[in-house]
Amino acid sequence: MLDKDGVPTKEELLKQLPSEERLDRGPVVVIECFQEIPCDPCYYSCRRRAIREFADINSIPIVDFERCNGCTLCISSCPGLAIFVVDKTYSEESALVIMPYELLPLPEEGEEVACLDRRGEEVCKGRVVNIRTRKMQDKTAVISVAVPKEMVMEVRNIRVTS
Amino acid sequence: MEGETQVISCDVIVIGAGPAGLMAALRAGEAGAGVLLIDREPFTGGQLVKQTHRFFGSKHQYAGTRGFDIAVRITEKIECLKNVKILLEATALGYYEDGVLTVLHEGRMLKFKGKAIVVATGAHERFLPFENNDLPGVYGAGAVQTLMNVYGVLPAKRILMVGAGNIGLIVSYQLVQAGVEVAAIIEAAPRIGGYLVHASKVRRLGVPIMTGYTIKRALGKECVRGAIICKIDENWNPVEGTEIKIEVDAVCLAVGLSSLCELLWQAEVPMVYIPELGGHVPLRNEDMETPVERIYVAGDAAGIEEATSAMLEGELAGINAVSKLGYSVEDYANKRGKILSDLKNLRSGPVGEKIRAGLARLRTLRNGNL
Ligand SMILES: Cc1cc2nc3c(=O)[nH]c(=O)nc-3n(C[C@H](O)[C@H](O)[C@H](O)COP(=O)(O)OP(=O)(O)OC[C@H]3O[C@@H](n4cnc5c(N)ncnc54)[C@H](O)[C@@H]3O)c2cc1C
Ligand code: SF4
Ligand code: SF4
Repeated sequence: MLDKDGVPTKEELLKQLPSEERLDRGPVVVIECFQEIPCDPCYYSCRRRAIREFADINSIPIVDFERCNGCTLCISSCPGLAIFVVDKTYSEESALVIMPYELLPLPEEGEEVACLDRRGEEVCKGRVVNIRTRKMQDKTAVISVAVPKEMVMEVRNIRVTS
Repeated sequence: MEGETQVISCDVIVIGAGPAGLMAALRAGEAGAGVLLIDREPFTGGQLVKQTHRFFGSKHQYAGTRGFDIAVRITEKIECLKNVKILLEATALGYYEDGVLTVLHEGRMLKFKGKAIVVATGAHERFLPFENNDLPGVYGAGAVQTLMNVYGVLPAKRILMVGAGNIGLIVSYQLVQAGVEVAAIIEAAPRIGGYLVHASKVRRLGVPIMTGYTIKRALGKECVRGAIICKIDENWNPVEGTEIKIEVDAVCLAVGLSSLCELLWQAEVPMVYIPELGGHVPLRNEDMETPVERIYVAGDAAGIEEATSAMLEGELAGINAVSKLGYSVEDYANKRGKILSDLKNLRSGPVGEKIRAGLARLRTLRNGNL
């Protein structure tokens, strides 16, 4: 349970996920922020206004999944590292999980990495297809990892093995 | 002390250059007052300097920016004001009835007198009683952060974190970033106290979070070699037979902060005990002025909260102190109203409940006292 060990249950997760139908149509954001806390940078980071305006600073981010095009801009704005973009249309077998990453060393593009779930346990292997470290991201790298399609809602971190 | 040192006067003295003190000095300075900002450290920023993570809070108060960058940005603004002087490595030691503040700077005792004083000295860490808690290797979270993020020294190879509030969670994350293995984060309460996004973020790194556990004893002779943790029941008593031995070479305590208010005690500011705000806190009104006229408080010194609220309280103390001295603050009424409503908004959610309860008690006590 989220407030006991930091791992959200299926029910807790379901509240915030895009629909299967939306997931099948291409890249879209998944925001795993379930508690009302005084925090709002994600709202200001989305240029497409896909994150609904906060009633007050404690609001939980609510996404209009039709407006979101999975551009990934919001990922590095979040101090909770709670924002991911997933793309189930990446290829026949694989999906992309695009995640924030703040450990060193960074993996290389093309490198195989261990993919970890929300407990930090290895669940499969993945391949890094892109790493972005633009200045505006302020040291939070945004990494795209290709994973087996069925793991797209499990993989939320990586371990560099090399 | 050799001879009598001269008393140096100014309009406003701000003690502590953390987020609260920085904002107080900036706003007071902008109104044209002569301001002296002192801090005992060789740098400005207070707690911000150790925060390599992005800050939570309002985008308008720099949230999403890393702590140390926030400190630099505000300090640069202050440095543009000729009427604000920053004195570092200057520790305020005493406050006397005649309003004189003694400050230790480069081995000399200096005396200052301000028409108004803003106390923004922040907080100190609480400790936890358990067997062997005096062994080398038992650290406070602040010490761990200072070693790691200010001096670049690794505090341990494998560490046990005690406390799953925001500080315990964030420092655990920083430890992993620095290459230290965090064996576990234990928390006596049945629930994680810090923000759950932080909890999930350390959990994803493989760090277990164990609620309902406390530390019973640190193991080792000359230094920490391990720790015994155990479950506790609803009445916070250890449950027999639940002991677990964990091999670690350090234990980090992140079990809460209390306001640092020695100077306020000396100035005879009435203090009250409010656990929701971290323990003993000074009485003060909405404008951050204590019952001792022209002594203001702001930030963690006024009650343990967060950097965003510390900055807002600092602004409030700054504009109120100078307007009381007769300086005109541009658009004062609107500015004050905006800060008060930002503070209210910030504290309005479920995680602000404790602060709201604490402040409500403070108000009741103040009204009874005056
Ligand atoms: C690990 C950690 C993570 C945090 N993360 C966040 C976060 O994500 N978001 C957030 O909003 N808040 C966060 N906070 C809280 C935030 O850092 C504090 O609430 C905030 O710094 C309080 O500001 P302040 O100015 O009151 O005190 P401080 O920042 O503590 O500054 C007080 C200053 O006063 C100086 N001082 C003290 N006594 C004297 C004296 N006698 N003479 C001269 N100088 C003196 C000290 O040297 C210090 O520089 C975090 C805190 C910690 C410890
Ligand atoms: S991925 Fe892009 S469009 Fe979608 S919420 Fe984030 S910033 Fe907005
Ligand atoms: S920035 Fe991150 S932690 Fe803050 S509200 Fe948005 S999703 Fe939640």
